[in-house]
Amino acid sequence: MRKNAGRWGVAGLVGLGLVLAGCGGADGAASGDETISIVGYAVPEAANKAIAAEFTQTPEGDGVGFRTSYGASGDQSRAVVEGLDADYVHLSVGSDVDRLEEEGLVDPSWDQGENKGIVSTSIVVLAVRDGNPKNIQGWDDLIKPGVEIVTPNPASSGSARWNALAAWGHIVKNGGTEAEGTAYLDKLFANVVSLTNSGRDATTAFLDGTGDVLLAYENEAILAAQNDEGFEYVIPETTVLIENPGAVLKDASAPSQDWLDFVLGTEGQKQFALTGFRPVNTAEPGVVDFEALGLEPADIEGAPDPEDPFPAVPHLLTLEKDFGGPGWDAVKDELFGTGEDGEPLGIVTESIAKSGKATG
Amino acid sequence: MAELIGTRPAASRPALAHNLTRTSGIGLGLTMLWFSLLVLLPLAAVIVTASQAGWSGFWSTITNDQTAASIRLTVLAAVVVTALNVFTGTAIAWVLVRDHFPGKGLLELIIDVPFALPTIVAGLVLLSLYGNESPLGLHWANTQWSVYLAFLFVTLPFVVRTVQPVLEELESDVEEAAASLGASRVTTFRRIILPSLAPAIAAGAALSFARAVGEYGSLVLLSGNLPFESEVSSVRILSAIEHDNPGGAASIATLLLLISLAVILLLDLIQRRVARRG
Repeated sequence: MRKNAGRWGVAGLVGLGLVLAGCGGADGAASGDETISIVGYAVPEAANKAIAAEFTQTPEGDGVGFRTSYGASGDQSRAVVEGLDADYVHLSVGSDVDRLEEEGLVDPSWDQGENKGIVSTSIVVLAVRDGNPKNIQGWDDLIKPGVEIVTPNPASSGSARWNALAAWGHIVKNGGTEAEGTAYLDKLFANVVSLTNSGRDATTAFLDGTGDVLLAYENEAILAAQNDEGFEYVIPETTVLIENPGAVLKDASAPSQDWLDFVLGTEGQKQFALTGFRPVNTAEPGVVDFEALGLEPADIEGAPDPEDPFPAVPHLLTLEKDFGGPGWDAVKDELFGTGEDGEPLGIVTESIAKSGKATG
Repeated sequence: MAELIGTRPAASRPALAHNLTRTSGIGLGLTMLWFSLLVLLPLAAVIVTASQAGWSGFWSTITNDQTAASIRLTVLAAVVVTALNVFTGTAIAWVLVRDHFPGKGLLELIIDVPFALPTIVAGLVLLSLYGNESPLGLHWANTQWSVYLAFLFVTLPFVVRTVQPVLEELESDVEEAAASLGASRVTTFRRIILPSLAPAIAAGAALSFARAVGEYGSLVLLSGNLPFESEVSSVRILSAIEHDNPGGAASIATLLLLISLAVILLLDLIQRRVARRG
């Protein structure tokens, strides 16, 4: 046994090295008098970093240090409930902040401001293979025979609910009945070949060759292109405005509210636009006013059309306007209920289960 | 677990515990403390969480069609893979101990790679080999076979590494004596070698089974998590957690724990029978 010890050591070091290489990126505590702990979902990391650099140039942000933690939205939210130190959270769905509100960590007024608690927005898009060989133009093309779809799983990834909501809205908000919407979802999930547990995993699986279409987010597609991992995407006629909430915790450090204000201000929203998000626009959701941000359209790198990086969406659905929002309460159980614990069986949950039974 | 399957039944058991010396008493105390803090407490917490949902909650969770299908797939794949490992793992250990060939050192090193590789990387590698762009033309990703494949990959070293040291210690005199007394090679293997290896094989099999049942990382990208096809129970646990249903998650985990315990006990029984035949 002893002669194996050396090998085990080597193997362990190799493993450790890989793990360490995979982590990194945390900013570490800075030496300023005040620190803001940001807990966020993975995607806005680049934007938050850039905003933090700008923030420390302002009188409010002078000397402020940052500690950051990024991961899957639901996991991050649960970690904060379990005691992960946080002053400011930036998550992918409102229900992940609602969880903090229920635990008394976030003030109930967090979503009562002009921005309804939303700090960044984007839209659901359809990522396709180079040259769009299956000629995917919209939601109706996804249910054709032979089209293979990759999407994160709405059951295990909160942010995947935006995708399912967009697919559902495409039918029921374009004059379809609920029965037609259900039939559409059944066909959609029957074409799904991979239901990953996070948006990041779905993108990786798609880039590694799985499927013809990836249900994705515009900002992630643009950010991926900035990191040389880009893919073509199509903006369907009808899609959903993705609204990512941000909130300051009740016992946050002193500069945290200033930070949130800064994030919502021109400088903050400018950095979001530069990393592919559509800035928050309560008057006209999804519309980007480049002049107000002090940007030219061409400043947004990685968008397919540099002249028009954030094309207008003919029929943009929002939680507030179309689904009884703000917030998910009106559609959460109807679409995503588990059918256990007194919850109704959600339409999406049932479609996913049916898809397996039909083919399996 | 180690006590169950690690001790050879042939070794005489010490009389039960009344004659502990002070040092061995402290040793036992420290062992139990360490074991309790690291293992028993978390296990108890899982079971307590599961019990909060009550018997009906537990039952409705594990009888949910989709959950039950995922548990069936997980357990079946773990059993099949473990059975395969018992044969291939023993064979690989045999080759590594008894045969000499060029590249043996390299092979020895590579066997441990599935241990060392972060499982998500393993999944990525398997996806590029068996996905749509497979250079081998094998499109097993996102089917139930991907689950078997991933389990086989991550559990390969267990039986090899438990059997190998025992095989190295095995004196060849006994085999030679058996042969000189006219025993055939098959008889020698069955009556002399196998009984000595049985505890090690069982230990490796138990590790392999337990690891497979809990596997998650390597499947994240590979299996596609398709319900009733390639969704394993760890993904159902994750879904329950995402739905703020820790009781449901703990219920599935408790059932998996019970199944693993049953399999480990069964392996111990088989191992004792085989060893007794020596």
